[in-house]
Amino acid sequence: MYRNRPIISVTILVIVVAAGSVYILQSQAMMGRRRLIVSTTTSLYDTGILDEIEEAFEAKNKIDLYFISVGTGLAITHAKRGDADMILVHSPPRELAFLEEGYGVCRKIIAYNFFSIVGPVGDPAGIRDMSPVEALKKLTEVGRAGRAVWVSRGDDSGTHSKEKELWTTAGFDSPSLSEEDWYREAGTGMGKTLQIAEEFEAYTLTDMGTYLKYKKDGLISFEVLVGAGKELINVYSAIAVNPEENRDTNFKDAIVFIRYLISEEGQANFGSFGVDSYGTALFNPAIDILKTSSDPTTADWIEEAAYFNGSECPEEYRAGQADLY
Amino acid sequence: MTSEILQGLLKAITLILSRDPTLIEITLRSLAVSGLATLLASLWSLPFGVLVGLGKFRGRSILRSLFNALLGLPTVTLGLLLYLVFSRSGPMGSLHILYTPAAIVLGQALLVTPIMVSFLANALEAVDPEIKSLALTLGASETRARLTVLSESLDGVFLAVTASFNRAIAELGVALMIGGNIKGVTRILTTFIALETGRGEIALSIAFAFVLLAMVTAVNLSINLVKGRL
Repeated sequence: MYRNRPIISVTILVIVVAAGSVYILQSQAMMGRRRLIVSTTTSLYDTGILDEIEEAFEAKNKIDLYFISVGTGLAITHAKRGDADMILVHSPPRELAFLEEGYGVCRKIIAYNFFSIVGPVGDPAGIRDMSPVEALKKLTEVGRAGRAVWVSRGDDSGTHSKEKELWTTAGFDSPSLSEEDWYREAGTGMGKTLQIAEEFEAYTLTDMGTYLKYKKDGLISFEVLVGAGKELINVYSAIAVNPEENRDTNFKDAIVFIRYLISEEGQANFGSFGVDSYGTALFNPAIDILKTSSDPTTADWIEEAAYFNGSECPEEYRAGQADLY
Repeated sequence: MTSEILQGLLKAITLILSRDPTLIEITLRSLAVSGLATLLASLWSLPFGVLVGLGKFRGRSILRSLFNALLGLPTVTLGLLLYLVFSRSGPMGSLHILYTPAAIVLGQALLVTPIMVSFLANALEAVDPEIKSLALTLGASETRARLTVLSESLDGVFLAVTASFNRAIAELGVALMIGGNIKGVTRILTTFIALETGRGEIALSIAFAFVLLAMVTAVNLSINLVKGRL
């Protein structure tokens, strides 16, 4: 008997660990609720706004929202492979490709804010209040003279896509710029990129949500040098995965969630989130602006940046949900 | 820097004292997932480790080197490979285990397999070969003789298992890629820390890092305690 003591003890230990673990994981699992997998851009998720939306939505629906927070690039890949039921992204050209390739349907613009070019408080390159294109031209000039540094996200995210687009508009090619000394690629998330830029006293393009959060917590001292304007508008959309392309997808609940996001209550979340902490909302609701003529200038900017053939979702991609539009 | 770490420590203490539900939920899930992963890995790694450590067959040393090399596999690479396997359009997509705790358990079990095999094989090789021959001379069967060597290297077995658990609970790549860091479902200590760091919640990240360290220390202490009583 004594000889077997180690074996008995180990067996008991194993059983206890296994039973305990299974019990914990089991009790944490949500029973009797459907799950909706939403692949979302980090700039939306990291602010915490989706946590609030999730709480409000789940209280009213028998649907559990599973948010997977990744860059826009990976979010689209997830959806193409059938691993997400819908996506929340902010890169109109790639959204159009996603629709055209037949993967996405029922696109709805849900919110917007602005990107900003931020940099050291002293603004050594002197770009304050220029237009984004002028600012980038100036930065290139000063950078090539060795007196300014640009930090690029370099991670194929929505913000990075916007940055590349701006460089193209300014007449440069960002892949060849990355060969130059003053142009550095961070290859990481927005927060980390801001900290890297701060370390180099460099300039960078940022979304407002991450910037305000890092600024308020004293993690960066940067100032906004080029802010709100037509070229820097940042439009967020929700797109459901095409059920014809992927039969497993939870299309029904994706539509329920999209309807919630564009409802008055869903939109109110965008208008209020962040006011308490930052004194300003991190996002702006887009539905009202596009429907009514309350702010025609912004509506024009959104349409120019994020409409395809004059519509947020051309008819052939509406998958029978015409009443969404 | 020191002030942030102190803030993190204070925050950790506050969270523990106030029995923060998020902290409890995530910590329990981390322990459960990595504990199960270690047990699962033991099922195949311990017998295999004995085979590699004590067996005499062609290609044994190549196998040893291979397992040693696999110790250096980046977790994010393994996570990516497993994502492709479990993805709905992957070969095992019909199982629907992507983004579940079960997926992380399986992924971590695979991740720690090379550790367990290598550590165990190493420990067994270090046992005086005379012991095995002695056992055989005394009339033990081959299996019985191997068990004798195994009990001589019990320390090595424990090290293999605890090192595996520590690796599992501390890894990020696999859990992020195939767990998805979904709140209330697959969010564990490391993915939580990564998320909150990205969000700029430095104190909170450090607080959870302290909790992670404390948990690992506690588990290792208890395992040593059990070992001492054997």
